[in-house]
Amino acid sequence: MKYQEKRKALILLEDGTIFYGKAVGDKQSTAFGEVCFNTGMTGYQEIFTDPSYFGQLMVTTNAHIGNYGVYEEDMESDSVKIAGLICKNFSYVPSRALADDSLENFLNKNNLFAISDVDTRALVSYIRDNGAMNAVISTEVDDIEGLKAKLAKVPSMKGLELASRVSTKEPYFYGDENATYKIAAVDFGIKTNILRNLAKRDCYIKVYPYNATLEDLKSWNPDGYFFSNGPGDPEPLASAIQLAKDILEENVPFFGICLGHQILSLSQGISTFKMHHGHRGINHPVINHTTGNGEITSQNHGFAISREDAEANPDIEITHTHLNDDTVMGIKIKGKNAFSVQYHPEAGPGPNDATYLFDQFIDNIKHQKLETV
Amino acid sequence: MPKRKDLNCILIIGSGPIIIGQACEFDYSGSQSLRSLREDGIETVLINSNPATIMTDPKMADHVYLKPLTTKSIVEILKEHPNIDAVLPTMGGQTALNLCIEADEKGIWEDFGVEIIGVDIEAINITEDREQFRELMGKIDVPMAPQATASSFLKGKEIAQEFGFPLVIRASYTLGGAGASIVYEKEDFDELLSRGLEISPIHEVMIDKAMMGWKEYELELLRDKNDNVVIICTIENMDPMGIHTGDSITVAPAMTLSDRTFQRMRDMAIKMMRSIGDFAGGCNVQFAVSPDEKEDIIAIEINPRVSRSSALASKATGYPIAKIASKLAIGYTLDELDNQITKSTSALFEPTLDYVIVKIPRWNFDKFEGSDRTLGLQMKSVGEVMGIGRSFQEALHKATQSLEIKRNGLGADGKGYTNYDQIIDKLTNASWDRVFAIYDAIQLGIPLSRIHEITKIDMWFLKQFEELDALEKKISTYNTIESLPKQLLLEAKQKGFADRQIAHMVKCWESEVYNKREDLGIKRVYKLVDTCAAEFKAQTPYYYSTFEDEIETASGETYVANESVVTDKKKIVVLGSGPNRIGQGIEFDYCCVHGVLAAAECGYETIMINCNPETVSTDFDTADKLYFEPVFWEHIYDIIRHEKPEGVIVQLGGQTALKLAEKLDKYGIKIIGTSFEALDLAEDRGSFSTLLKENNIPYPEFGVAENADEALALADELDFPILVRPSYVLGGQGMKIVINKEELEEHVVDLLRKIPNNKLLLDHYLDGAIEAEADAICDGENVYIIGIMEHIEPCGIHSGDSNATLPPFNLGEFVMQQIKDHTKKIALALNTVGLINIQFAIKDDKVYIIEANPRASRTVPFIAKAYGEPYVNYATKVMLGDKKVTDFDFNPKLEGYAIKQPVFSFNKFPNVNKNLGPEMKSTGESILFIDSLKDDEFYDLYQRRRMYLSK
Repeated sequence: MKYQEKRKALILLEDGTIFYGKAVGDKQSTAFGEVCFNTGMTGYQEIFTDPSYFGQLMVTTNAHIGNYGVYEEDMESDSVKIAGLICKNFSYVPSRALADDSLENFLNKNNLFAISDVDTRALVSYIRDNGAMNAVISTEVDDIEGLKAKLAKVPSMKGLELASRVSTKEPYFYGDENATYKIAAVDFGIKTNILRNLAKRDCYIKVYPYNATLEDLKSWNPDGYFFSNGPGDPEPLASAIQLAKDILEENVPFFGICLGHQILSLSQGISTFKMHHGHRGINHPVINHTTGNGEITSQNHGFAISREDAEANPDIEITHTHLNDDTVMGIKIKGKNAFSVQYHPEAGPGPNDATYLFDQFIDNIKHQKLETV
Repeated sequence: MPKRKDLNCILIIGSGPIIIGQACEFDYSGSQSLRSLREDGIETVLINSNPATIMTDPKMADHVYLKPLTTKSIVEILKEHPNIDAVLPTMGGQTALNLCIEADEKGIWEDFGVEIIGVDIEAINITEDREQFRELMGKIDVPMAPQATASSFLKGKEIAQEFGFPLVIRASYTLGGAGASIVYEKEDFDELLSRGLEISPIHEVMIDKAMMGWKEYELELLRDKNDNVVIICTIENMDPMGIHTGDSITVAPAMTLSDRTFQRMRDMAIKMMRSIGDFAGGCNVQFAVSPDEKEDIIAIEINPRVSRSSALASKATGYPIAKIASKLAIGYTLDELDNQITKSTSALFEPTLDYVIVKIPRWNFDKFEGSDRTLGLQMKSVGEVMGIGRSFQEALHKATQSLEIKRNGLGADGKGYTNYDQIIDKLTNASWDRVFAIYDAIQLGIPLSRIHEITKIDMWFLKQFEELDALEKKISTYNTIESLPKQLLLEAKQKGFADRQIAHMVKCWESEVYNKREDLGIKRVYKLVDTCAAEFKAQTPYYYSTFEDEIETASGETYVANESVVTDKKKIVVLGSGPNRIGQGIEFDYCCVHGVLAAAECGYETIMINCNPETVSTDFDTADKLYFEPVFWEHIYDIIRHEKPEGVIVQLGGQTALKLAEKLDKYGIKIIGTSFEALDLAEDRGSFSTLLKENNIPYPEFGVAENADEALALADELDFPILVRPSYVLGGQGMKIVINKEELEEHVVDLLRKIPNNKLLLDHYLDGAIEAEADAICDGENVYIIGIMEHIEPCGIHSGDSNATLPPFNLGEFVMQQIKDHTKKIALALNTVGLINIQFAIKDDKVYIIEANPRASRTVPFIAKAYGEPYVNYATKVMLGDKKVTDFDFNPKLEGYAIKQPVFSFNKFPNVNKNLGPEMKSTGESILFIDSLKDDEFYDLYQRRRMYLSK
C-alpha cells in the first residue's frame, strides 16, 4: 500500500465560519444543504439512505465511518438521501464478509460528495451553540466568495416542504398479500425498516404517495393507517394534515412516526416548531408515561410538536417524553384509535427498545376487528 | 421511584490484595461507590485488607476495617455494627462475591438481618455455574459454544471425544481464567484436564469447543429496579477469541460491527441480564461473533458485578458505572439520575464516543523467569494502559507510548524485528510484543492477508497498521525536517506518531521536530471526554489531546479548537505512575491522589496526568483537571506549556514520574519538593557514597562497573557474595546475588544485553543481615520519621516481597537510634523536601545504608493506614512550602503491630521458580494487625525466616 494524498476541502457555514478538511476520494465537487449531526456509533448506511435526511449535510460524530462497508439489506430506501457527508476518519477499505461494496464506491455510485479529516467535534459544538444552518462542502477552497454567493441562494429548512421530493410517485405494495392485516401507509419518505417491521407482524402494506386522499386510501379497505417519517417542515403539508383529520373521522387504527406524528399533531391544532439543532442519534432516552419505563430510542428530527399546545388540548394524552429536554415524544388521541411517536421504533439504525409500538398498532387493529365483527 | 428509606447503613466488601486478574480497578469502583452512597446520607462500613488503597482511607467510609477478607471478620463487623441493613458485594470483584456467597451459605446475612443489594445470590450462582448458565441461555434462546461440564476425569475424556479438538478447559469458580487452557492436541489433554479439576475449588471444569478466531466483544450494562437497561459501552477485542480479554488489546467503541449485528447483540445482552435475576446494578456480558457471512453471535459469559472492563468502560466513556450502579442498588431508577458529566441530561441513556480508546495490557514476564510467555485463556498481565485519540491509530500510538517499555510508539525507533521467521513466530505465538510485531511484519512486506490468516485479527485493524506504515515510508523519503510539508507533519501527528518517531524518520533531533511544529502552528489541542459527542455542554474537566485541522471565523481569523481553557489560578501538575506493574502499583496511585487532594487544600488548581484506566487518580472528579495522556515526555511537556503550572510533583508517581525529573529540570520546569540534583545524587551510587562517607554513615562496600571485565576486577575487592543490579530501576529489576565469578560474569553479560549502556552496581552482600526501612518527611530543616519497619525475612529478599512489621519487632534501642540518626542525616544532606525512604541492613548491631529514595515509597500508604495519619497529605504540603514539618501535630495510633504481607500471583505461572530473591515478584500486599508478638500469624512468619537462614 502506498501513501494516498488527499485534496484539501472545506465546509462553509451560512454565517461565514469555515472548517477545513480533505475530500474523500479523488474528487472535485461541491454540495449544499442544512448541516446537522448524528451521534450514532453504528448504522451509517441506514442514516445515509434514510429519506428523512433529504437535503441535509450530515456530520457523523463517530470517529470512523465506513469500517464495515455497505450491504444491500441495510438500505433504508433505494438510494443515498443525504446531501453530503462530513466526517473525521473515512475507511476506504471495508472489513465485513457480508459487505457488497466499500462505502467510497457506494457514495460514488450515488453521486454523493463527502469530506473527511474535519474537526467534527468542533463543528458539532458550533452547531450546538449556534443552531442548525445551511452550509456548503467543497473542494473549491480558493473561491470562498463564490461559494458564499451560491450558499446565500439555498432556501432555509424552516417552511420548506421536502416530503414530495422523496415520496413515491405511484402506490406500491410491500409484504405478503395473504397477510392478515392490510395497512395503508402514506409515504413522506418512509424507511424500509418500518415496512419490514409491519410485514413481520403479518401485515400487507400498500404505500401511497404523500398527496393521497382519503378516497384513495379507503378504496383499498385497509385495517389500519400509517403515516411515515420524512424530511422538512411539516407545516406546509396541508393536504396531509387534512388527510389525517379525515382518517380520524373514520376511527380506524392510526399510527404515525416522526413527520407522521407531527402531521397528526398539526391536524389536532397542535403547532410544531423548528428545534435549535434537533435530535439525531441512537441513544435518546424516552420515558413511557403509561408504563413508567425508559427506552433508548433512535431519533432523527429537526422539528417537534409544542408541549404547551398538546397539554392545553383536552383530547390529547402525552404518552412519551424525552428525558433530556422534555420535548413531547409521543401522543395518543383520546377517544380515537390513533397514536404517534416522534422517534423511530423501527430502529434501523438503533435499539429495538420501542418495537412494542408496532405490536400496539397491531393490537389496536385486532381489537377494532373484534368490535366491528 | 426514589431511594429506599430502609437502607441507612451499608457494608461494602473490597477486593483485598492486588493479584493478576484483580487489580486496582476495584479501588476505583469501591471508592466511587462509597462516595456515591455517602452523598445519599448512608452510613458506610468497609472491609478490605489492602492498605494501599484510597477506599480504605479513614475519610472514605464512616467505618473502615482493614481486616482479612473472611467470614470471621464479617461476623466481627456485624456484631460491632448491628445497624448494618445491607451488604453491597459487587464492587470488590470476584473476591467480594465469593466472600458474600460464603457468608450467605453460612447463614450469616440472615442471622444479622442483612440484605444483599446490587446482585442476588441466585444470579451469582447461575453465572458461575456453567451448567445452570447454559440451561438458562438455552431457555431464552441465546446460543453458546458447544460445552459440557465435567466433575471427573473420566467424564472430561468423554466430552473431548464428542467435541473434538481444539477445546477449551475452564475451571469453575476461579478468577482471571486460572486453570484455563486451550488444548490443540489429544496428547496434552489429560494433564490440562487434571490441572483444571485441581484448581477449581469445587473440582469441576467446563469443556468448550474452542471458537478460535471469532471476534470478541464485551458490553457493560446497568439495570435499575424498574428493569430499565442501558448499555454503557461496547468494547471490541482486537485480539480475537483465544486470548483472555484481560490480555487482549481492546478498543471502544466497537469498530467492525454493523448496526444490525450490534443491535442483535444488544438485545441478547439485555435479555441475558434480565434472565439472571431481579437485581439493580451493573453487569458485564461477553460475546463472540463469527467473522463470516453468518455473523453468528454466541454468549460467552456474564458477570453480575462491576469488573475490570467496567472500570475501563467508565474511563472510556466518562460514565461513572460504579457510582451509578451504587445508586441503583439503593433504589434509584436511571431516569431519576443525572448524567454525571453533563449534569443537564439523563443518566438513562447510552454514551456515544467521538474518539477511540485503545487499551493495551502491561505484562511483567521478565519477573517470572521461565514462565510461559504465550498469551492464552489465562490472564497474565499485571496492569494496563489506555490511549485516547481521535482515530484508532492515534489511540493505538498513545497506548504504546504509555507502556513504558522504551518504545516511542509503533515503528520508527530502530527497535523493530526484521527477521522473517522471528516475526512469523511472534505473530503466531502472541505475547507482550505482538502489537509491535504486526507493524514489523507490514514493514517487512508480509501481506496483510497472511497476517490475518495467522492472527485472525480483523482486516480493518490491520489496514490501520498498514496506513501508518505507508505514512512512515512517505515521511522517510524526506531527508530533512525543513523539507517536510506541513500537511504530512500534521497527518503524522494526527495519527499519533511522536516527535521522536518523526525525528527518527527524517533523521533529526526530537527538539527540531518540536520546533518545526511550533513554527507551523501544528499545536496539540485538548478535547473533552463528555459521554455525548459534544451534543450537550459538559461540566467535567476530563481531557485528552489530539491534532486538528484549522477553523476560520467569519472575520478571517484562523484557530484550532481547544476545549481546555486555562484558568488564572495557581496550578500544580501531579505526574501519575502509569501502568501497574510489579514494583510499582496501586501504592503510587494512592500517593498521587493524596498529593492532588493536598495541593487542592493549599489552594492550587490541581492537574493530574496519567494513562492507567484502573486508577482513582484518573477518576474525573479526583483532580480539578484530568489529562488522560501517556506519562511520556512529549505529552507532558505540551500540557505544561499549555497550563503553565507553578511546578510539577514527581515524587509521588513512582519511578515513572521520577524518571522525567531530569528533562523537566533541563527545560527549566520547576520540580516541587526535592530538587532534581538531590534525586540524581541519591541515584548516583558514587556521589551518594561520598555523601554517606562525609556524614560518617556506614554502607556495604560497593563499586560501579560498565562491563564484565570491570565487574570481575571489582569482585576481588568486594568479596562474594555480591549483589549485582542496574542503576535507575524499581522493584529490583535485574537484581541478583552472585556467589562466584562465573555467576557474576553470566549475570553482568545478561544485564548489559537487556539494558545496554547501563551502569551496574555491585555491593558486597551482607549475608544473614536483618533488613529494615524508614520513611520520613523532611522540609529541608526538620525531619519527621513516619515509620520504621523491620523485615521478617533476612536481607536478600526484595523489600516488596518481605513480610515486615511496623514498628520493628526485635531491634534494640541502640540499632533504632542509629536508624533514626542516619535517616535524619541523609534526609537533610540530600536537601529533601517531601518524602524519603531509606533501606538498611543490620549486621552485628551495626546499621548500613543500602539505598535512599527521596520520593514516596511503597510503604508510605501502609504506614499511613497503620498509624491512621495522612502522611502523603502532610508531605505534599511540605513540598509545596505551605507547611513545615513542625506545623503538624503527629499522633500515630497503633496498638501492637501491623504486619505487611506480600501476595503473589504464582498460580498464573505454574512453571516459574517461586523462590524469592532480590528481584520483586509479589503483585500486592495486605495488612494484618496483631496485638502482640505471641500471635500465631507472626509466629508462622517468623518460623519461615529460619528456613531462609538455614538455606
